[in-house]
Amino acid sequence: MATTPVRIQPKNRLLAWIEERLPILSFLSSHTSEYYAPKNFNFWYYFGSLALLVLVNQIVTGIFLTMFYKPGADTAFASVEYIMRDVDWGWLIRYMHEVGASMFFIVVYLHMFRGLMYGSYKKPRELVWILGMLIFLALMAEAFMGYVLPWGNMSFWGAKVIISLFGAVPWVGDTLVQWIMGDFNPADATLNRFFSLHVIALPLVLLLLVVLHLAALHEVGSNNPDGVEIKKGPKGSRFGADKPADGIPFHPYYTVKDLFGVGFFLVICAFIIFFEPTVGGWFLEPDNFIPANSLVTPAEIKPVWYFTPFYAMLRMIPAKLPGVIIMFLGIAVLFLVPWLDRGRVKSVRYRGLGYKIGLGLFALSFVMLGAVGAGLTSEYIPAWFGPTADVTTIENAFGRFWLFVYFACFAALWAYTYFGWEKTKPVPERVTTHD
Amino acid sequence: MTKSFCIPSVFARVAVAAAGALLVAGSALAQEGAGLEEAGAHVTNIASLQSGARTFFNYCSGCHSLKYMRYSRIAQDLQLSDDDVLKNFASAGAKIGDLAISNMPSKPASGDVPAQGAEVWFGKAPPDLSLEVRAKGADWVYTYLKRFYIDPSRPVGWNNTVFPNASMPFPLWELQGVQTPVYAPAKPGAEPVVEKLELSTPGKLTPAQYDDTVRDVTAFLEYASEPAALQRHSIGVWVLLYLAFFTLLAYLLKHEYWKDVH
Repeated sequence: MATTPVRIQPKNRLLAWIEERLPILSFLSSHTSEYYAPKNFNFWYYFGSLALLVLVNQIVTGIFLTMFYKPGADTAFASVEYIMRDVDWGWLIRYMHEVGASMFFIVVYLHMFRGLMYGSYKKPRELVWILGMLIFLALMAEAFMGYVLPWGNMSFWGAKVIISLFGAVPWVGDTLVQWIMGDFNPADATLNRFFSLHVIALPLVLLLLVVLHLAALHEVGSNNPDGVEIKKGPKGSRFGADKPADGIPFHPYYTVKDLFGVGFFLVICAFIIFFEPTVGGWFLEPDNFIPANSLVTPAEIKPVWYFTPFYAMLRMIPAKLPGVIIMFLGIAVLFLVPWLDRGRVKSVRYRGLGYKIGLGLFALSFVMLGAVGAGLTSEYIPAWFGPTADVTTIENAFGRFWLFVYFACFAALWAYTYFGWEKTKPVPERVTTHD
Repeated sequence: MTKSFCIPSVFARVAVAAAGALLVAGSALAQEGAGLEEAGAHVTNIASLQSGARTFFNYCSGCHSLKYMRYSRIAQDLQLSDDDVLKNFASAGAKIGDLAISNMPSKPASGDVPAQGAEVWFGKAPPDLSLEVRAKGADWVYTYLKRFYIDPSRPVGWNNTVFPNASMPFPLWELQGVQTPVYAPAKPGAEPVVEKLELSTPGKLTPAQYDDTVRDVTAFLEYASEPAALQRHSIGVWVLLYLAFFTLLAYLLKHEYWKDVH
């Protein structure tokens, strides 16, 4: 539902005076109590507001961490331990930031999956999707640079591996790598510029993109699990004769509903923060409790879990430049989804069986690639195939199979809808359920 | 009867075979010395932390620092008086707010100045143990401290099956006793592999008492690697209770508001 311009006229004279000059209340109102959202949002619609919550958490806890963290190859590691031990409540702030980073990706991945499931990327919401993808890109850069800051050994080697990817660029690769690092190895200069980018540049970009994402969303209105456009449906409800019959004001209906989601989400986060802040080495890796050491390589260099699917794409390709290209394509192809999918039906509820299978396979391939990237396959292959098994061959076969599935899903999506093979079900006129 | 009986027996055979394979795999790991024993250390057990601290500062702190750990924090968290900590744990001349730095002199070679102290004696400075448990895990530390054996071929006379060719001598030998290795029959040309360790000279403690001592040291190092663990466990319960209550209220509020949505 496009935002309707609302004019609030406060009774309070001071507020009225402000409102005449800066219509802040009118703006807030038109995006909350006068923003009409479909009444049938389900479980999957919590993750947008939760992502915003985590973003705020990262900014607020980040402000406090910045007060005590000392960027610098000689000071960073010790300052993190100082925060963990000597700063009052420093451990809590640091764990909130660290767990928040992982939760951000969990929430964002579920949010993106929701978009794919209900066709939220389709006309007229292509820009909402594109802006969301840009947020995802900025978030990946933000998370990578944040991971380098504690200057543990995995920070160092992770930075070295990821930055060296730019060395695959023809001709200027090596120069580019040195330009990014400001040295021949990740070093003091690298750490300082990553700190700057992590605390200033990328958060500003993220905030701007989030504002645009929401502005674009509010212009075209929210999609819903039925993929029905409520503003094309009948008008008239107890909120007004011109209001969509299937819409309810975002505030108070979805604010109270999201408040419940927030409570539930925070219970999970608090459990992790207070009882298992490293999540068995998945959120905070053991090797990162060892200070950065350019002479000692960790037993296995791997990124944190949220990058592992993309890391697997890189690893499954035997040459560097093609590997880097495939990895970037793995992200880039998501930008194209609104145009790859030619189908008119939005929601998976009314789409053909092929779409449902493809969506399932896509999600599975993402998880399986994640398992490969996290080193789970190399860990379990000897147990399943015997100690003499050729781990590399089996892992490559497994990883490349799922890499093929990942890209095949996009190709199949295009063919399936372009050639009209999809047998859709009739889409209802109105939304079917609520709550 | 026969048919329905047959299928489970096939499953049983497969299960037995699988279990057998696992056992074989398990013993192969144990032979390599990589199989770690479960430490069973409890970081919230204050008595265990006190005992572990005592052993640590008697036997370990001569060489190893806890450079992120302050004596005052140890006193506070382990419910000891400042005086006790200064008298029994701290390095000579240390103040209560100081970090637990070892007196072991050590300096790596730089430029023309040769290495000094521990760098020369052991080939490498004894590592700081502030974060050892977070980096390696409690089970690793526990098992490592149990698997030293006498090895005249090593410069300090000791070797370890968990961390082969470690340059550390074994200061706890008077407690555990001396273990000698039993080598597996080696293939010609291959390095002999330690199959198991035998206690050839008993120490002051029985094996069970020694396990407890090492478990306490592990618990203390686990605490030292994250002193906040003591706080977060006790606070966490209340935070969860509050959030659960908040979530319930939010649910009731939502339910009330949504009554008129049909």
